[in-house]
Amino acid sequence: MTINKAFAGTLESGDIMIQIEPSEEGKLNIELDSTVAYQFGEQIKKVIADTLKELEITSANVKATDKGALDCTIKARVTCAAVRATGKDVWNA
Amino acid sequence: MKDRLRRTMMFVPGNNPSMMTDAYLYGPDSIMLDLEDSVTMAEKDAARLLVHNALKTIDYGNTEMVVRINPLNTPYGKKDVEAVVSAGVNVIRMPKTETAEEVKELEAEIIKVEERLGCVGRTQIMAAIESALGVINAYEIATASKRMMGIALGAEDYTASLKTPRTDEGTELLMARQTIVVASRAAGINCFDTVYSNLNDMDAFRREVEAIKALGFDGKSIINPRQIEVVNEVFAPKQKDIEKALRIKAAIKEAAAKGSGVISLNGKMVDKPVVIRAEHTIELAIASGILREEDL
Amino acid sequence: MNATKDRENMILAEAKKMNKEVFNEKNLIKDGTEKQEALKKSPKIVTLEEAIKKSGLKDGMTISFHHHFRGGDKVVNMVVDKLAEMGFKNLSLAASSLQDVHEPLIEHIKNGVITSISTSGLRGKLADEISRGLMDTPVVFRSHGGRGSAIATGELHIDVAFIGASSCDPMGNACGFSRSENAKSICGSLGYALPDAQYADKVVILTDDLVAYPNTPNSISERNVDFVVEVESVGDSSKIASGAIRDTKNPRDILLAQTAAKVIVNSGYFKEGFSIQTGSGGASLAAVKYIRQSMIDQNIHASFALGGITAHMVKLHEEGLIDRLIDVQSFDRVAAESIMNDPKHKEASANEYASADEPGSATHALDIVILSALEVDTDFNVNVLVGSDGIIRGAIGGHQDTAADSALSIIVCPLLRGRIPCVVDKVTTLITPGKSVDVVVTEYGIAVNPNRPEIAERLKAAGLNLVDINWLKERALKVIGTPAPLPFGDKVVGVVMNRDGSVLDVIKNINA
Repeated sequence: MTINKAFAGTLESGDIMIQIEPSEEGKLNIELDSTVAYQFGEQIKKVIADTLKELEITSANVKATDKGALDCTIKARVTCAAVRATGKDVWNA
Repeated sequence: MKDRLRRTMMFVPGNNPSMMTDAYLYGPDSIMLDLEDSVTMAEKDAARLLVHNALKTIDYGNTEMVVRINPLNTPYGKKDVEAVVSAGVNVIRMPKTETAEEVKELEAEIIKVEERLGCVGRTQIMAAIESALGVINAYEIATASKRMMGIALGAEDYTASLKTPRTDEGTELLMARQTIVVASRAAGINCFDTVYSNLNDMDAFRREVEAIKALGFDGKSIINPRQIEVVNEVFAPKQKDIEKALRIKAAIKEAAAKGSGVISLNGKMVDKPVVIRAEHTIELAIASGILREEDL
Repeated sequence: MNATKDRENMILAEAKKMNKEVFNEKNLIKDGTEKQEALKKSPKIVTLEEAIKKSGLKDGMTISFHHHFRGGDKVVNMVVDKLAEMGFKNLSLAASSLQDVHEPLIEHIKNGVITSISTSGLRGKLADEISRGLMDTPVVFRSHGGRGSAIATGELHIDVAFIGASSCDPMGNACGFSRSENAKSICGSLGYALPDAQYADKVVILTDDLVAYPNTPNSISERNVDFVVEVESVGDSSKIASGAIRDTKNPRDILLAQTAAKVIVNSGYFKEGFSIQTGSGGASLAAVKYIRQSMIDQNIHASFALGGITAHMVKLHEEGLIDRLIDVQSFDRVAAESIMNDPKHKEASANEYASADEPGSATHALDIVILSALEVDTDFNVNVLVGSDGIIRGAIGGHQDTAADSALSIIVCPLLRGRIPCVVDKVTTLITPGKSVDVVVTEYGIAVNPNRPEIAERLKAAGLNLVDINWLKERALKVIGTPAPLPFGDKVVGVVMNRDGSVLDVIKNINA
């Protein structure tokens, strides 16, 4: 799948900004900057990776700037960034 | 559920995660997540995903969840329907509704998604009437589908279509408001008044709520949690109405105990509309915290 | 018979019996200098360096400061810079509290000028570094009442107190405000500095408005002052909140405030003559607005409001709803000006405010207190000092004192701050024991300590949404997921004292 540079989300409190770029290494690299990194860093990375896997993206550089987003928000932002990066929507309509 | 209490329908922008998580804490009867006017074109896709995931995940308790979608004739409308129906939304709010055909078109889109999910009939519809044509067609719109839960006035676009400014007195809205109340009552569904945006004048807001309650509206669209308390206060039934309602309720019980179909109070027969109003009063009194369920 | 001679002998005899000298006229000096001129040369007026030298300060001794200028304080940095320049080492710094502005202390700690600290709280970069293990000696944290007690009993001995004041006369009569037209700063009450002024071996007043004698009524008396140092500025008063009352627009704060007010009104303690203390947070201030409305509606008046006094409380006082204000710390300019002008607005020392061993301390007469929290646990223990990331970011303040002594203590905190839960299984650091915490108000419901069933009954009867504290904890986890444990190390960086002088908890260094 071709991936272009794209981003989604904001830097507002309770949100997360996701930037996706193609990776040369053929794997997923997640760089996370979070206000709750101590307590939720691993969990956030897992949600990002799982969401991308569902969308069949296994190779990308992802930069996430988190302001305390909940998992459902992370999932929405990652999906949006992925859709924008691949041009492949998740809706049938 | 068509006959629930709907005094307040709180607008929440669909691309703001923290407001979406918090909204229900303030106790609105319904929350309306917005994909339309509060979301820029560039963020329509992001808001749609956010609303979809929020509806699927966040525990909104007993709050009714409504989503205002983009019109079906935009590139966003159909995707919005798919995203929110698949997430289990209670009600889809159609903006700028002008004809019954538009409601039927939306219903067809909803059915497509519901059939795929195997949950046909789950999603209700409400229509916002925001133009002169919409007002003229209010009754047809209100009866266009058995999914119709209510109709609402959107005053900004409506006054623009009338070529008149909006005022605090609301003279320019009177005909639309009355038409919407009458149409909804004739159709047996709910009706909601438009938003009031000046948060710095709570007294003027209260006067407007009092006025629209007197016209017969079930509730009001609101834009801020601070407006909830005012609406609830205005809609709270008066003590003498509650007492009367409780006496009628007792009379119903008594009639039932006697096996009699005729309900009488103080020697007079109680008509069906009086019974319905009494039940509504008690429901409002409980929701307003004046009565407790266990006291009945 | 020589009467005069006889009398002289008798004076001599009596003086001998009393072991005293006989009066000698040569010792009486009559100075005809105009007094206004004479006062300008008061022996107490010196430079900061002279004050330090004359005070007898030595390496290893304890110096003290107050935090009435909060984030605008200039005294701590000015004095410690000077001490470093003069070559002092190994000093103990006993502050009533420390703020973001005290970041320069990091260098002084690294250079060995300051080797131990006691304070009510720490914030900013300094707090961050200390949390990571900057100091070899743990910081000792005390409540305001606890600090007052420790100073009075000698447990915390202060060798030299450096006290910033907004006005002072040449003899040392000092205030947290100035009545002169040259007034440069204002902080209002000097309550936290009063124990230092009373008990320190030497007291240095630093002032940015040296006014004419007598600067009365005064907060600190000349009797307690050894040196007066005139400086350019003791503090930036704009950093203590500006004067205007601004009601919070944050809907969550409003919800919390309304709920807290309902708890108070229905608690059984909302009666004619009650007393109350509230904090300075958004929700706490907003609660005052709703309490005020209930006081008017029910024609109820408070005998006094205590604590950090805010413009909100001053307003209620001026409206006749609150008879007296007892002020250990003025939270804004309106409060600071009120304490200057209004005799019913009383300044209280930390001991008079909140000390456990002072029978007359005002907390002992307090009915209701509204407090905030970083964390509350399912045993109602409260943490207001260490953030959920393990970094110190707060202050004990009067939390322990008011919770313990009041008839009804109410903690108001959101269940969730972003993804951070405030109701948890176990607090990161224990500051206020759960036994003294009665009600916890969150946006998801109200939890009442099982020790207080009568309060739960009253609130339930009023139709308020009571929930179990465990339910709140679970609810938070449901929304945010389970947080990973914090990477604490094994070094103790802080010791938390209870107000009675016992050790309550330790803070470990954070490895991250």
